[in-house]
Amino acid sequence: MAEEKKPEFWRWAETNWVNPDIRWEDAQFITLGIDVGSVSSQAVIMADGKMYAYGNMRTGSDSPNSARNALKFALEKTTLTEDKIHYSIGTGYGRVNVPMADRTVTEIACHARGANFFYGPKVRTVLDVGGQDIKAIRCDKKGKVTNFLMNDKCAAGTGRGMEVFSDLLSVPIGEVGERSYQVDKEPLAVSSTCVVYAKSEATGLLRKGLSTNEVLAAYCSAMADRIYSLLERIGIEPEFSITGGMAKNRGVIGRLTKKMGLEPLTTTWDTQLAGAAGAALFGFALCQKGKGKGK
Amino acid sequence: MLANYGYSDGSGNYFITIDTDKCNACGACVEACPAQIFQVVDEDPNDPMNEEPLTIVVPEKKKKLKYECGLCKPSGDDRPALPCVAACEPCAISHSW
Repeated sequence: MAEEKKPEFWRWAETNWVNPDIRWEDAQFITLGIDVGSVSSQAVIMADGKMYAYGNMRTGSDSPNSARNALKFALEKTTLTEDKIHYSIGTGYGRVNVPMADRTVTEIACHARGANFFYGPKVRTVLDVGGQDIKAIRCDKKGKVTNFLMNDKCAAGTGRGMEVFSDLLSVPIGEVGERSYQVDKEPLAVSSTCVVYAKSEATGLLRKGLSTNEVLAAYCSAMADRIYSLLERIGIEPEFSITGGMAKNRGVIGRLTKKMGLEPLTTTWDTQLAGAAGAALFGFALCQKGKGKGK
Repeated sequence: MLANYGYSDGSGNYFITIDTDKCNACGACVEACPAQIFQVVDEDPNDPMNEEPLTIVVPEKKKKLKYECGLCKPSGDDRPALPCVAACEPCAISHSW
């Protein structure tokens, strides 16, 4: 039988990392944050509130196993074992299904805390564009939430929509941003941001003779509009930061930045980790308050 | 904290905002709402460091607000105030539509 070859354009790289400068044996508290999202799962391990190791991978159909796999992936390059972790916090869409979690915290609180850690205390507005929802959060200098909005009913403008488009147009997900700018003239935005409607509209545009890059530009632009309307509802206060996978897509973020007239802060951390990092930090704070397990 | 519960979809924006700094967790809105949209919880799910009780929108109803709130809508100048808004003494509840 002939072998079927099917490249998966939407598939993004799964990564894990360990901090070579930290010896976990020296840490007083080792905390774990697990963010089981609708599309990706992350496990972040912190030693006394410092990034020690992380694993970032796709969520399968089974949340408990996704959480286990993410943790296994994070521990892979370390000598640390699961029983040495003092406190674990589950967050994200699948947080109630994280088997090793000592408690759960909503992703709103975790993303604000994580953004505060990644971008510094000057962050006031956090936009998280996740796999299947968008969160707009305002926070104070300690990363405490002061105003939030989460749209998890409709996947318009989210990472999932971008995956559908990259698959439809056969463009690897990492190249979408670049390619959407390789157009002579910026096309009109796709009129619907609904993933299903936008996909059929895009098929129509392709038939009309628009190039792949132009269709990408039209969709990125529609997503920027959609995200902007949600941000407007809570009000944008500088400094502004973006977390979640979409922060890596220049096509959407560039257009959003232009609309807002405000540059987002940048970080060297993987923006997808913000939720899990926030959870691990909450774990550390709770340990310091004496709520951790005595191990 | 201004907690916006709800969603925005193709048909409009449906958000109920609860100002958690004003909310005293008295439970009057829980009694007043004919659709049982509100719930008083022991600690703020969005702020793990805060252990004060407060009111939230029942998570299962969050994505159905347009329909759940239909019993009391539309509201306006010539109509009585929404039961939840009227019942809330500290004026912590507002609706986006």
